[in-house]
Amino acid sequence: MMEDKRSVQKPLFIRAVMAWTHVSRRMFLGSAAGMLAALTTSARLRAATREHTSQASVVEDATVPVAKFGNAMPMTLHVNGRQYDFLAEPRVTLLDALRENLTLTGTKKGCDRGQCGACTVLVDGRRINSCLTLAVMHQDQQITSVEGLAQGDPLQPNLHPLQAAFIEHDAFQCGYCTPGQLCSAVGAIQEMRAGMPSAATENLQARTIKCSKAEISERMSGNLCRCGAYPNIVEAVQSVMVNPV
Amino acid sequence: MNSFSYLRPGDVTSALQHIRTPGAKFIGGGSNLLDLMKGGIEQPVMLIDISHLPLSEISAQPGGGIRIGALARNSDVAAHPLVRRNYPLLAQALLAGASPQLRNMATVGGNLMQRTRCGYFYDTAFDACNKRLPGSGCAALAGRNRNHAIFGASEQCIAVNPSDMNVALTALDAVINVQGSHGRRSIAIADFHRLPGETPQHETNLAADEMILSVDLPPVPFDEYVYYLKVRDRASYAFALVSVAAALDLHLGRVTDVRIVMGGVAHKPWRATAAEAALRGKILSATAVADAARVAIDGAQAYGQNDYKIELAQSAVERALLHAGDLS
Repeated sequence: MMEDKRSVQKPLFIRAVMAWTHVSRRMFLGSAAGMLAALTTSARLRAATREHTSQASVVEDATVPVAKFGNAMPMTLHVNGRQYDFLAEPRVTLLDALRENLTLTGTKKGCDRGQCGACTVLVDGRRINSCLTLAVMHQDQQITSVEGLAQGDPLQPNLHPLQAAFIEHDAFQCGYCTPGQLCSAVGAIQEMRAGMPSAATENLQARTIKCSKAEISERMSGNLCRCGAYPNIVEAVQSVMVNPV
Repeated sequence: MNSFSYLRPGDVTSALQHIRTPGAKFIGGGSNLLDLMKGGIEQPVMLIDISHLPLSEISAQPGGGIRIGALARNSDVAAHPLVRRNYPLLAQALLAGASPQLRNMATVGGNLMQRTRCGYFYDTAFDACNKRLPGSGCAALAGRNRNHAIFGASEQCIAVNPSDMNVALTALDAVINVQGSHGRRSIAIADFHRLPGETPQHETNLAADEMILSVDLPPVPFDEYVYYLKVRDRASYAFALVSVAAALDLHLGRVTDVRIVMGGVAHKPWRATAAEAALRGKILSATAVADAARVAIDGAQAYGQNDYKIELAQSAVERALLHAGDLS
């Protein structure tokens, strides 16, 4: 499937890129490597601006700083099958980039310190805490957030089996942790089907994982739910694991 | 989080050149470093992103051991067939740590470098923390020290190493391979982490210009009678109050070799060598195990709120050994 390439807030984006290019040119003057960096970077950005789709990516050559102290830099993220180009500082977490730069606010900020799991997303199919990683580190990966789980018409979507199961099993109350629970459950099911063990796996040598409540509780323990919907969450995940759609 | 410059070196050589920049730090999984940066405890001026370097392989070694790349994710190490079969103690310890999401992020090298969870270290509102501000004192000594050390502490610091993985690696005689501007060297796990002494700000013997490349596990006879016991405040996703890596090599019921290492009780994994000696050569029995567990807490010293840890450590050693030896 072709990616839908779009820039976020295009006119502002173009203005910001031009400002960034100007600053970076001044900052890099001083060394031959810096000048080369400024020239190649600004050339690339001019081309990107012309096409209205930035192709800027992280520079792999260690002699070229990707971003100087305090400066925003062009970034590209691939989220739910779409490409997003935007400007952000390297210190912007993946969570903040999703919510603030891409306005994909389905992913929730709970503790922002890796303790609650509300920010869980899938990166190249693996669940991680988006609050404890930097957006700049994931530019060449495929990210799935809760917005990417359902398919089809946004007004009449085909829910992901886990979304349907959460409704069926009443697996939430306030719903704030639910996006993280859902993405985490997608990852948990993949890990179980791949035979990856957990602390609840009785036989480490076993190639298949028993889909017990203990297994699911342990595997979902990285997602807190202050409403205490845990029993229903476990049932919802178990129903999808047992009856794959 | 403070601002920093970011770069992504193409290989280990250029990563090592840039780490010599004052204030530069490597970032791999980032799960501990970014947490510390959000709290203002770590304030690097430059982050060197090494997460994409080809250092995540797990491979069998010619001599029968395995080599684990420094960037191998904790979850991948725990799930690897060689680890599950030959080093189940390591798999158990890894799976006892953190959450699945964090294990998908955290690297082996980063886990080795993981910093303490002492509340006074973690909260910059407190003035006294010799680890964070050398010379400022230790607020935990007479403060909230329920989670703190009972072995090897000093008046300067009573914090503990929070890692589960490190405890198992110590039981398995791991060797850490590192590279710096003076070339490569290998550090035995027992010499990798430091006791606090007068300089609790230095937690490892890794030099500032060095990078962890891999961890070697030698062939060990601990593939069957092993158990990692973790005692914590909730059933999952919490740091250890006390943990025990117990490994036995049994022949006709006799203990031919043994490892007993405790976590959550010291500034580094605490190997109970005297308790091991007490058990080695004995026929494994509940009595022999209880005797060894009593020896394991010799020299323990608590600081008030963590008094309970001494008895807990003894019970945990006993239970872990019984479980490892199929006596429970």
